[in-house]
Amino acid sequence: MSIPERKLTTSNIYPMKSKKPIASYENIKKTYGDAEVLKGVDLNIAPGEKVALIGPSGSGKTTIIRMLMTLEQPDSGMIKVEGKPLWYKEVNGKLAPADEKHLREMRKNIGMVFQHFNLFPHMTILRNVTEAPVHVLGLSKEEAHRRAVDMLEKVGLGDKLDAYPSQLSGGQKQRVAIARAVVMQPKVMLFDEVTSALDPELVGEVLQVIKDLAKETDMAMILVTHEMDFARDVADRVIFLHDGKIEEEGTPKEIFENPKSERLRTFLSRFLKG
Amino acid sequence: MIAIIAGLGRVSKFTFIRKVSAVYVELFRGTSLLVQLFWVFFALPAFGIQFTAFLASVVALGLNYGAYGSEVVRSAILAIPKGQTEASIALNMTNFQRMRLVILPQAFRMMLPGFGNISIELLKGTSLVSLITLTDLTYKGLILQNANISYTMPVFTTLLIVYFIIALPLIFTAKKLEKRYAKGVANV
Repeated sequence: MSIPERKLTTSNIYPMKSKKPIASYENIKKTYGDAEVLKGVDLNIAPGEKVALIGPSGSGKTTIIRMLMTLEQPDSGMIKVEGKPLWYKEVNGKLAPADEKHLREMRKNIGMVFQHFNLFPHMTILRNVTEAPVHVLGLSKEEAHRRAVDMLEKVGLGDKLDAYPSQLSGGQKQRVAIARAVVMQPKVMLFDEVTSALDPELVGEVLQVIKDLAKETDMAMILVTHEMDFARDVADRVIFLHDGKIEEEGTPKEIFENPKSERLRTFLSRFLKG
Repeated sequence: MIAIIAGLGRVSKFTFIRKVSAVYVELFRGTSLLVQLFWVFFALPAFGIQFTAFLASVVALGLNYGAYGSEVVRSAILAIPKGQTEASIALNMTNFQRMRLVILPQAFRMMLPGFGNISIELLKGTSLVSLITLTDLTYKGLILQNANISYTMPVFTTLLIVYFIIALPLIFTAKKLEKRYAKGVANV
């Protein structure tokens, strides 16, 4: 095969990255009070790519994905989704701060699963999953119902449609939350430490659902996680954040078997021992 | 109704609306209901607005208890965890949908004890309207008591009992609603 030789940069070592990115971060900075959480992050996510963000607490992993979901606004830098600025809209060739209409347009592409599930406690499981398709996507009740039941069966909760969230275990709640986000068919799915709030014996079922989903979907996924084995299995690329910067990135093999930076080695050794 | 509108106003993202509803709430909570009654009935006609005694009572009581109620609404809305808002944003709901589908149904449950309280308060607050010429329960009692001083004890005891009997349905309704909306939240 005659593939033209290309310079090896982070933007083209990974085959998927040659596609136009679905989401991109340029020199993103964010400060809370006097803590600088992100100190200039550059990151491109290719369509369909599965990216794991790892790193110690407070390294800014969660902030990165919350920004893409428009739950936090960067202090400086540019986030783009499908080439369009997320936090700005173009008016006569100039950038103006995004209004609610623009944000809603951009959010169509993005879905998120939270650490604490955030299910709607006053709705049945089924309604948790059909509510947004009906009211936001404008699907008919029947169509939304069909999609929701499909998806809930896929995550193994086909028999819990009429239960309320309070009647489920943490693992089941998180699987509902995954179904709720996936039925919206976003192009990028964000997973924010989705197993951190679960009892250890419930972690497996949730990770399995995400693994299966990762295999069969062409959604891009960004996974913030402390489960290293999971990151290794699911991700095309692993990014190690430290102190508000991308310290190292590579394939799971590169990161876990041949970590280059001292910090990454120290970080990983804590997990291998524990 | 007034309570819900003013309560929503207090949590609005528009500063102007927040300020206006805050002024309304503080004004009506901070002044005496009796004076408000007098003002609506006796002072407003000076501006060319003339209410019947009954309408004046409804307006004054409504505005006054609405102000208290709005605080119940506001605190209930603020008590809904932030995660619910974030989940609604992640599902791309509009602000209006978020309020209508997610926040208010949950907040409503928390408002019930407060509203129960206020509706009973309101019932008893009606005893003031006799002072703007309306005849109410307490006023009737006073007439009876005046007619014969030996009636004092039975008349006032009867009044208490009658107020309580009128309040009973309110108490039960509040209880019932609370139970109904507990569904899904507590393990029933």
